[in-house]
Amino acid sequence: MNAPASEKRLEQLREKAWQEGVVTGRGVDVAGGPIPRKPGYYGEPVVKPPVWTWEIPLYFFFGGLAGMSAVIALAALLFHHVDLERAAVWLAAIAGAILSPVLLIMDLGRPHLFLNMLRVFKHRSPMSMGAWILAAFGTCAVPGLIALELHAHQIFPGTLDQLLSFAAGICVFGAAIFGALLATYTGVLIGATAIPAWFLHRTLLPIHFGTAGLGSAAAVLELLGHRIPALNLIGFYAATVETALLIWLSVAKHGAADRAIHEHGAGWLVRIGEVLNGPLALVLRFFGFIPWAAISFLAGALVSRIGWIAVGKVSGADPEAVFASQR
Amino acid sequence: MIGEGTHSTNQRRHNYVQENVEVGFFTDPTVCIGCKACEVACKEWNEVPDDGFTWSGNSYDNTGHLGASTWRHVLFLEQDRQKGSQVVGSHSLGNDDRDDPFRWVFLSDVCKHCEEAGCLEACPTGSIVRTEVGSVLVQDDVCNGCGYCVVSCPFGVIDRRPEPLPNAGGAFKCTFCYDRQKSGLVPACAKVCPTESIVFGRLDDLRARATQRAQELRQHGYDDAQLYDPTDTSVRGIHAFFLILGEPEAYGLPPRPQVPTIYLKSAWTAAFATAIASIIATLVAFAFSS
Repeated sequence: MNAPASEKRLEQLREKAWQEGVVTGRGVDVAGGPIPRKPGYYGEPVVKPPVWTWEIPLYFFFGGLAGMSAVIALAALLFHHVDLERAAVWLAAIAGAILSPVLLIMDLGRPHLFLNMLRVFKHRSPMSMGAWILAAFGTCAVPGLIALELHAHQIFPGTLDQLLSFAAGICVFGAAIFGALLATYTGVLIGATAIPAWFLHRTLLPIHFGTAGLGSAAAVLELLGHRIPALNLIGFYAATVETALLIWLSVAKHGAADRAIHEHGAGWLVRIGEVLNGPLALVLRFFGFIPWAAISFLAGALVSRIGWIAVGKVSGADPEAVFASQR
Repeated sequence: MIGEGTHSTNQRRHNYVQENVEVGFFTDPTVCIGCKACEVACKEWNEVPDDGFTWSGNSYDNTGHLGASTWRHVLFLEQDRQKGSQVVGSHSLGNDDRDDPFRWVFLSDVCKHCEEAGCLEACPTGSIVRTEVGSVLVQDDVCNGCGYCVVSCPFGVIDRRPEPLPNAGGAFKCTFCYDRQKSGLVPACAKVCPTESIVFGRLDDLRARATQRAQELRQHGYDDAQLYDPTDTSVRGIHAFFLILGEPEAYGLPPRPQVPTIYLKSAWTAAFATAIASIIATLVAFAFSS
């Protein structure tokens, strides 16, 4: 006895449904057969994509910018660029001590419990380390700004003013150290996760986020009118590193495991961002269009941050990427 | 085990929490009948809200996946492969025609309560803790909903509960019925399981029993029966392990799950190197131009 003809007909219908999405015919309306043909379990995600919304890429952008502003402020302090130091500390305080915490708190599922972030210190959790780095950065940047401004306006006389100047120096030094970590830890934050497109690039991400932060800080300060050769040099450095990262990203492909970057619309955001803050910023700066180079770099730094979060959402929802990353 | 009546570990009272005994779930799809009583019991006992009634079109599974409001999930697999030595399809009765092999597998999925738990390591508030019985528990009153555990779970179990559900904003997953266990009761899903496909008990007992069961099944023609308990990866084993027929991918289970903390070293190295390089580059830039 052969398999009944109806079974064979059903197979044909399943095949047709699979190919065309729908089968119309006598009493039949099937959208796919019962035998699963999608990867994994009916194509369901294996890991959970991130729940983070627009606040997080914006925080990555402003946090990086603020952190590296403090680094520039320290250099400006050491090399006696007083106006630049004040501008950089203002930038660090506004973007790092006000904007960044506000964005982070807005993204929490329960914003009123934000202080629980400082309930424990877990060196194995990048999220915990980040909360402490941001808190330490704010603790240095805000008093540093106050001391610096009091000193600059000569509010107090004699010894007290000298003391303020010394305190400002200490605070700026602290802000620079924590700032450099604030700009780079975000790469660890998304790099040490279960999302394939992120953890496969866990060494690239901190380099990209930190360098994009440095270039952004220099770019904003240039746009604020501080057109000094040192910032131009920093701009060259950042754009050169970003160009190298763009090449690295295009060479180090991981097939299906990180196809969200190379085959998906979200990946275009990453690459467009890298072109804007890499080669384009470099060329513009080379030909002396400094404000345009600064704007291009800032746009790239923002777009690529948005891109990396978008890539994480695509990659996390892709079961084949997870399987491929583990084979 | 079925047949043990009130002596079954699924039915008798225990003092595992008081005695710090490591416990686990052993889930066996070969005796599961897909009744979803575990899903219902879990929702009822833990007061987990409903998260929408959708028709998935995927066999008899409209639950889809584990999540903030789904802590037990019965999978329905339809595979063009025979299940053991059983007779499949009416047309193959009475002769040896096996050209339409087909099997239907049900498996109740749950939080794995990893030995090295990604969510627990990632949690910045200390909301996620390890209990006396070795399970992983989210303390809802501490969780501030940062969402980092969601991307740190290698099994995609934990999730943040969206508005407008009750207690929205926090991360939720299976509690291993910690409240019931403290009172000597068996977790709700295991308690109601009519075929004892879900078995609750001491971890070491269950591991031995699962290994024996897998052997037994292979002897009876289930030649692709295997234990899913990734003890050889950085997860170092799970407290809720499964017997599966075929490859783990078909169940949406990662073949070699890794706890994300193994990526920390290389990522932090890159971060520190970049931090130092940026400071040096900045100082050099200023030194050169002044």
